[in-house]
Amino acid sequence: MTVLVLVETEAGQIRQASRSAITAATKLGDVHALVVGNAADADAAAALAAKVTGVAKVLKAGADVLTHELAEPVADLIVSLAGDYSHIVAASTAVGKNVLPRAAALLDVQPIPDVMAVIDADTFVRPIYAGNALATVKSSDAKKVLTVRATSFDPAPAEGGSAAIDAVNVTVQDTVSRFVSEHTPTSDRPELESARVIVSGGRGLGSAENFQSVLTPLADKLGAAIGASRVAVDSGYAENDCQVGQTGKIVAPELYIAVGISGAIQHLAGMKDSKVIVAINKDADAPMLQVADYALVGDLFEAVPELAKAL
Amino acid sequence: MKILVPVKRVVDYNIKVLVKSDGTGVETAGLKMSMNPFDEIAVEEAVRLREKGSATEVIAVSIGVQQAQDTLRTAMAMGADRSILVLSEESPEPLAVAKVLKALVEREKPDLVFLGKQAIDDDMNATGQMLAGLLGWGQGTFASKVEIVDGRAEVTREIDGGTETVSLAVPAIVTADLRLNEPRYASLPNIMKAKKKPLETIQAADLGVDMTRRLTTVSVAEPPVRKAGIKVGSVAELVEKLRNEAKVI
Repeated sequence: MTVLVLVETEAGQIRQASRSAITAATKLGDVHALVVGNAADADAAAALAAKVTGVAKVLKAGADVLTHELAEPVADLIVSLAGDYSHIVAASTAVGKNVLPRAAALLDVQPIPDVMAVIDADTFVRPIYAGNALATVKSSDAKKVLTVRATSFDPAPAEGGSAAIDAVNVTVQDTVSRFVSEHTPTSDRPELESARVIVSGGRGLGSAENFQSVLTPLADKLGAAIGASRVAVDSGYAENDCQVGQTGKIVAPELYIAVGISGAIQHLAGMKDSKVIVAINKDADAPMLQVADYALVGDLFEAVPELAKAL
Repeated sequence: MKILVPVKRVVDYNIKVLVKSDGTGVETAGLKMSMNPFDEIAVEEAVRLREKGSATEVIAVSIGVQQAQDTLRTAMAMGADRSILVLSEESPEPLAVAKVLKALVEREKPDLVFLGKQAIDDDMNATGQMLAGLLGWGQGTFASKVEIVDGRAEVTREIDGGTETVSLAVPAIVTADLRLNEPRYASLPNIMKAKKKPLETIQAADLGVDMTRRLTTVSVAEPPVRKAGIKVGSVAELVEKLRNEAKVI
């Protein structure tokens, strides 16, 4: 069996989540990595993809229509390449979730989103009800289309492979959608999804000023990414793309420090697979304290600066 | 401009479901059911466009069991003009739903279809994208802002590193994310009015759609439970534990 993996790129780099998707795909068969972008980005990313351990072949699709990885042309491209592949896989990122279901519909396949474990070629484990239950599902489709939860699979090593690169002749056009603009605030901090440590804030911070002044020194000390609960985002304490939870980012760092987050199930769904969880909260009954390895009950405005100082 | 808004009846957002002891699914009997929260946002956005004069009619549609008519009444109480219930088994798969919706789109000829980005029961996040694919329409998924500009739909989307704006030829599909709007509560007079709005019921089979499931649920299990942690008495103790016990700093 051969598996086609859609590999996402960002500024010429391969996203770590895509290397996790490659790991999942290697459990199913030989892996062909599809990289898309304008000609220059596709060249750069194809060279990197060829080195990823486990990749048997790279398909390079470089064309202006693919620059922004919009769903309409990328899905058409995947369908045109789908041929004999037994599985089509992508990471469960904003791009993967946008593109793969569209491609699946065009192939008359019911996609399997957010796969957490591969049982066999037809059978997969995925979360339902915000991760409060795990369903094992078996697909009767001839071809399987799946997105993979990156936190459930270790990223394939970026080095170690030496796959051949085939250029794909791109004939797809996009007559219905057009990229207008992008707003992606840059930060020196690690990305939430790949950070080793996350410092995350919630309602308890009380304001955008406090969110910054309390969490930043601790995050700086730990080289951590900064996350937020939905309440903190909705209250304007933090940017949308910081949100951790069922409808935000799914993360599983080695250390997750939850500051002033009570722990609604939708938030827990996004972080409860973290290796070590620390909760700092004044409410001893907060649900976050039930999942935390270490709970500190007290005033976060005293505890967090003290912790930053002690490190 | 006509807007079609599919809505799903799901276990209420505030209820934590339990896995059945025989591992065949989750226990839903007797639980409070509500409209999928993302679909409420989609209904709200469609109604706002009609109130602004950009849209002329908002049609709600639900696919599922008879009780889904309650969900449609809620949509009409929020402002949808009429609704269609497509009777089928409970919770059909996104592929089948997308095929039913395609048949309805061909009949109703809407200019826009607004959906919630995902249902909070099966968490599939697929129907909107699949319908867009089947129709060959553009898709503005995970929308946090929708504007009609020169006859095109300009959609700001939530992506991993921030937001992205795309311009879509109409007709188009939009799927709603959390921050698109804050849905209104239906007022009592509007709930009463909604009882008199038209609700048409049709059988999925009459649309000629094959509803056969492609996925079989082998089993459903509780996620692994984290073992209870400990309370630390001070910041110093916390640092000591993180250094020497957990070894993460």
